[in-house]
Amino acid sequence: MRIFVPRDAAAKAVGAEAVAAAVRAEAAARGLPVELVRNGSRGMVWLEPLLEVETSEGRIAFGPVTAADVPALFDAGFGAHPKALGLTAEIPFLKKQTRFTFARVGLIDPLSLSEYQAQGGLAGLHKAIAMSPEAIVAEVADSGLRGRGGAGFPTGIKWKTVLGAEAAQKYVVCNADEGDSGTFADRMLMEGDPFTLIEGMAIAALAVGATRGYIYSRSEYPDANEVMGQAIAIARAAGVLGPDMLGSGRAFELELRVGAGAYVCGEETALLNSLEGKRGVVRAKPPIPALQGLFGQPTVVNNVLSLAAVPEILAQGAAAYVAHGVGRSRGTIPLQIAGNVRFGGLFETGFGITLGEIVNDIAGGTASGRPVKAVQVGGPLGAYHPVSDFGLPFSYEDFAGSGGLVGHAGLVVHDDSVDMLQMARFALEFCAIESCGKCTPCRIGAVRGVEVVDRIAAGDAAAIPLLTDLCQTMKLGSLCALGGFTPYPVLSALTHFPDDFATLQEAAE
Amino acid sequence: MLAPQAAQHSRIAEIIAEHSALEGPMLPILHAVQAEYGHVPAEALPMIADALNISRAEAQGVMSFYHDFRDHPLGRHVLKICRAEACQARGAGALAEAAKARLGVDWHGTTPGGALTLEPVFCLGLCACAPAVMLDGQVIGRVDAARLDQIATEAGA
Repeated sequence: MRIFVPRDAAAKAVGAEAVAAAVRAEAAARGLPVELVRNGSRGMVWLEPLLEVETSEGRIAFGPVTAADVPALFDAGFGAHPKALGLTAEIPFLKKQTRFTFARVGLIDPLSLSEYQAQGGLAGLHKAIAMSPEAIVAEVADSGLRGRGGAGFPTGIKWKTVLGAEAAQKYVVCNADEGDSGTFADRMLMEGDPFTLIEGMAIAALAVGATRGYIYSRSEYPDANEVMGQAIAIARAAGVLGPDMLGSGRAFELELRVGAGAYVCGEETALLNSLEGKRGVVRAKPPIPALQGLFGQPTVVNNVLSLAAVPEILAQGAAAYVAHGVGRSRGTIPLQIAGNVRFGGLFETGFGITLGEIVNDIAGGTASGRPVKAVQVGGPLGAYHPVSDFGLPFSYEDFAGSGGLVGHAGLVVHDDSVDMLQMARFALEFCAIESCGKCTPCRIGAVRGVEVVDRIAAGDAAAIPLLTDLCQTMKLGSLCALGGFTPYPVLSALTHFPDDFATLQEAAE
Repeated sequence: MLAPQAAQHSRIAEIIAEHSALEGPMLPILHAVQAEYGHVPAEALPMIADALNISRAEAQGVMSFYHDFRDHPLGRHVLKICRAEACQARGAGALAEAAKARLGVDWHGTTPGGALTLEPVFCLGLCACAPAVMLDGQVIGRVDAARLDQIATEAGA
């Protein structure tokens, strides 16, 4: 009998370790031959720890399971039980998804290379080995894959620039420093299917002629780093990485590096400085990293989700990816639904789903049962959207058009108890704490911004235009997205929720 | 037997040597030294600076840039409470206030007797089971004041 209990950090955070230990103890006490698989999370975090049992009809789920539930589950022969959820694949939250990048997450043992291959893993890399670098770049460009950073830059164009650059040494760097609140897709992927990221980076290396790569991850993700480190060692031992990648005669060495708690290192040039062992300050562009990146060499810098989408794009062909999505936002987007919601977790779907469908239908509204007031999309630098924006289709263009951004596709839902002035203040305070200090608009602007918000809160209505002006300066004058995007949460809060900024004076009048 | 100071010097030299083949070894060295001592001892920085052929000021500049590195020991346990928006939407603000009151310290403070240090953190990637905390590298989700009290008590604070 195979039983699955996730080792994903979110599952562990709500007791998966105790459940796994109880399953082992119970199986031993009953003398049952149980194979316990520590899989990734299926992404339904409100059901974690989600225990699954393999049956002839498919995997059946129980959740959220506590260690105390385990003996009764064995007694019931994993049949009727109050925590029974039926076939996992039939749970609506999972069934409604289009899983492309996350197809294997939760299904397999993350550290089993043979399971990975049995579920289609390495097919993309094998295909890429037989292709010319130009053909790989063309396939990725044709897929319409775009970065998950603020700008949504086309991945294929970035790779083409690095391919065209002349240098003795090129690098592939994975930006796994996703420090955005409300985003956890990178963490889940690294914990649930790390070989996908390794394969994506290996394909990128073949495409641009790089022989060395780094994954720059966060110190806040100890579980992801442990799994990722083990996966790299396994891939190297199996010849997926190393001097002769899958017998291709091509070399690719990959190393995991862990940051040290600086949010700004998620900005690509700050990340490169950090990897080089310097302060993680932003570099002015140009030169772009594609031409002068790590140690001054041509470097592909992509996010986890961009790189992790590549193996399937190669394996299935660009057309399979283009088939999903709307307009110029092609393919799927792993949405991360969090905050005050009933059903929080990871939901991968084609671009084009509306904000309202996500919040009301998929997330089931607020956990508190109170009305939704604001949804922040795209991390701490993303805009706050009011309920009147619920008709917005989820795409780069639609969100940009509404004064927001897709970013890393995290959604944080707030109910009507939230004070938007305080959220605007927090955004500026966060920017002040995390600013690298290189440019004045961000370094000074964030500090002054907090002061101006406090003046508004104290009743100074004249400070509102000052805040708008300051945000404009930060937006246009900052070197990177930290200072440049902090105005999104601040101004969207001010624009859509003016009542929260109404001064005491006005209230008195 | 080496004097404690000399032993520490030779151990730091060893750590530096273990990482010297890496490209950009600065952060891995700082992480390794901190993992060994719980902080980066004052004598480590000049040794790292010498080994990497950078000035002491530069080494100090790198170390002080990152929130994770510290030049002094923390409490026996470190409790990090997430302050980011997703956790705030589920009551992280009140949780942090309850923690400060329960422990009698502010952010970065250590309880008398050195049992526990309270640190803020911006996102543990546990946004869908918020509010979240991390105790010595162990993640805990859906934390309320009662659970927090239990965590603090178990940590001896």
